[in-house]
Amino acid sequence: MGRSLRYLALAGYLVFLAFPLVWLLSTALKTPQELASLHPTWIPRAPTSANFTDAFGEQDLVGSGVRSLVVAAASSVLTVVLALPAAYALARHRSLVNRIAIGWVLVSQVFPFILIIIPLFMVLRGLDLANTLPGLTVVHVTFTLPFALWMLQGYVRAVPRELEEAAAMDGAGRVRSLVSVVAPLLAPGVVATLLFSFISSWNEFLFALIVLKDPDVATLPLTLVKFTGAEGVVRLGPLAAASLLATIPSLLFFALIQRRLKSGLMAGAVKG
Amino acid sequence: MRMRTALAAGLLVLVAGCASEPPAAAPDEPVTIKFQSLAWQKESIAANKELVAEWNKANPKIQVEYIQGSWDNVNDQLVTSFEAGDPPDVIHDDSPALSGFASRGYLMDIKDKIPAELKSDIPQPAWDTVTFGDGKGGQGVYGVPFLQESQVTIANKKLLEAAGVRMPTSDDPWTWDEFAEISKKLTKGDTYGVAWPMKSPVNKVLNLALNFGGTFFQTDAGGKTTVKVGAEEREVLQRIHDQLYKDRSADPSALGMGSADPLPGFYAGKYAMLPAGVYLRQQVVEQAPDGFEWITLPPLKGVGSEQGAVSQTLSVAADSKYPEQSLKFVSFFLNGSNQVKLAKGDWLLPTSVKAAGDPAMTAEENGWNVATASAKNLVVAPFLKVNGFDEWKSKVATPTLQQYFANKITIDEVAKKLVDEGNKVLERYNQ
Repeated sequence: MGRSLRYLALAGYLVFLAFPLVWLLSTALKTPQELASLHPTWIPRAPTSANFTDAFGEQDLVGSGVRSLVVAAASSVLTVVLALPAAYALARHRSLVNRIAIGWVLVSQVFPFILIIIPLFMVLRGLDLANTLPGLTVVHVTFTLPFALWMLQGYVRAVPRELEEAAAMDGAGRVRSLVSVVAPLLAPGVVATLLFSFISSWNEFLFALIVLKDPDVATLPLTLVKFTGAEGVVRLGPLAAASLLATIPSLLFFALIQRRLKSGLMAGAVKG
Repeated sequence: MRMRTALAAGLLVLVAGCASEPPAAAPDEPVTIKFQSLAWQKESIAANKELVAEWNKANPKIQVEYIQGSWDNVNDQLVTSFEAGDPPDVIHDDSPALSGFASRGYLMDIKDKIPAELKSDIPQPAWDTVTFGDGKGGQGVYGVPFLQESQVTIANKKLLEAAGVRMPTSDDPWTWDEFAEISKKLTKGDTYGVAWPMKSPVNKVLNLALNFGGTFFQTDAGGKTTVKVGAEEREVLQRIHDQLYKDRSADPSALGMGSADPLPGFYAGKYAMLPAGVYLRQQVVEQAPDGFEWITLPPLKGVGSEQGAVSQTLSVAADSKYPEQSLKFVSFFLNGSNQVKLAKGDWLLPTSVKAAGDPAMTAEENGWNVATASAKNLVVAPFLKVNGFDEWKSKVATPTLQQYFANKITIDEVAKKLVDEGNKVLERYNQ
């Protein structure tokens, strides 16, 4: 009975999670007439691929998707590479300065980004990075880094110091201890941080809007918004088709690395 | 973050010292100007791209790069571009946005640079929508107005015919009284006579208020602008409210909707009539179920049929390195025959007199004849010249009108709020 209830609750949760995606798919396959029906249906009565044709025909979805992918992959990897050593130092060497640094990292998140967007653009332009994907990558890394750092230092802190001490007792040097003991235990945290950074960059709109001016460097969020018009009127079918495609890379990325998100690796690691 | 800002500012100083502007092209060298368009409907994008391609083919020395922007965020994007000194050369926007941009010196004053043919082809009331103070006490023209919107009524033809009501014409439109009576007549069973989508009520109410001479703003001899809500301004407010709660011929559940949201109910026969901007006809053509018959009815008449109007515009950035070339392109892009293509693409009204006379603009199909004829009633919206209007609209007028239409406050309370709270807002801008 208890098991059935658990499965029921799980099924309900899955439906809850899947609803937006299924609705998006349904919308993407409907004709304009059906989209304007007063009684919407789950399954399109006359499925059409016209929305996909329109979306691909009118906008460079593939190109902008590839560019988004490049920026998101580069900025997530760079973020983790930069954040990991800093997070280790913050977590392991606890001092007043480190505590202030962590606090500052969190406080920095409350400032509205719009305040610095103009100087940021001018700096990028001066460095010949405006209107370029590397420029946007730098911006995304800068703004993802503080939270990634905060996330990772929490994961590092969860790795018992005693494991490193035990490795040292067994003759492992600092590097060996980090590579062979700490790194495998940090893998789920690193993966979670990668995911966070990837999705933040993949979905990011405002900086991309300001930094990227030319259509041939536009990322996917900038392309999607072109299906919206004045007074909040949207071209729902093509927008749904394009949005559906925009979710695929994130889903694939998550599917590829989700098994690394396992937790509980350290359960019992330091029990006497 | 603050540290980053300081760093950015420091780098900015460094950059300002080091960065050099790209040299302007020599007179005979080919130049490329950037044109940011906000076209978003399929036909409209196609028309824009076709015209750009035509220009580029005929003008190898002035090439135009087409950039598609979005109405959703254009003003944020433009402010940043202007501040950073990197705006597109030719900018598509609407006239309410130009006022602020003009006073800050972002846009070129084209008052003395407009080609005579273009100037004479667009009536003065349309030019008035792009004439603003330059921030230094003078007046300038900061764009070329090319598309306008009027408020018409889109109606279910079968329901109207079944009710046996008089069909209005552009020369003999319905009065507001007739409209109220007919709405009552059409309200039967599950059908409401009318749906008033009032998610964003302010511009709609203010534009329609001119039917009764309501302007909502007055400026004294000293140039000070204040809000006024007298008998003229109350007319449209009261009439819509009466339809909702006295006649019960308007569906209160449509109040929270955006302009296009009542369309499903309209197709399903839940609403017989839908007061809307002329552009909504495109949605009806695209979405209406097979066999659905609809018509476009001319604007309603109060003591007159005047409506406030704003315009879509093309402007040239003050920072453009190629202002002359940009203006040449604008003149080509907005000539009479091209305005026909643009108007058809966006389902709006061309400002060009030549364009308005084109057979495509006067065809009966899809209500073009009625829509085009409604342009004669358009006058510059009084709020367009009011400094502080945006703040008054968002902080005072929108919530107040929404409360009124939700029947939570009386019309006297509306008047008091709009005036008292509104004048406090405008006071700051008057100083």
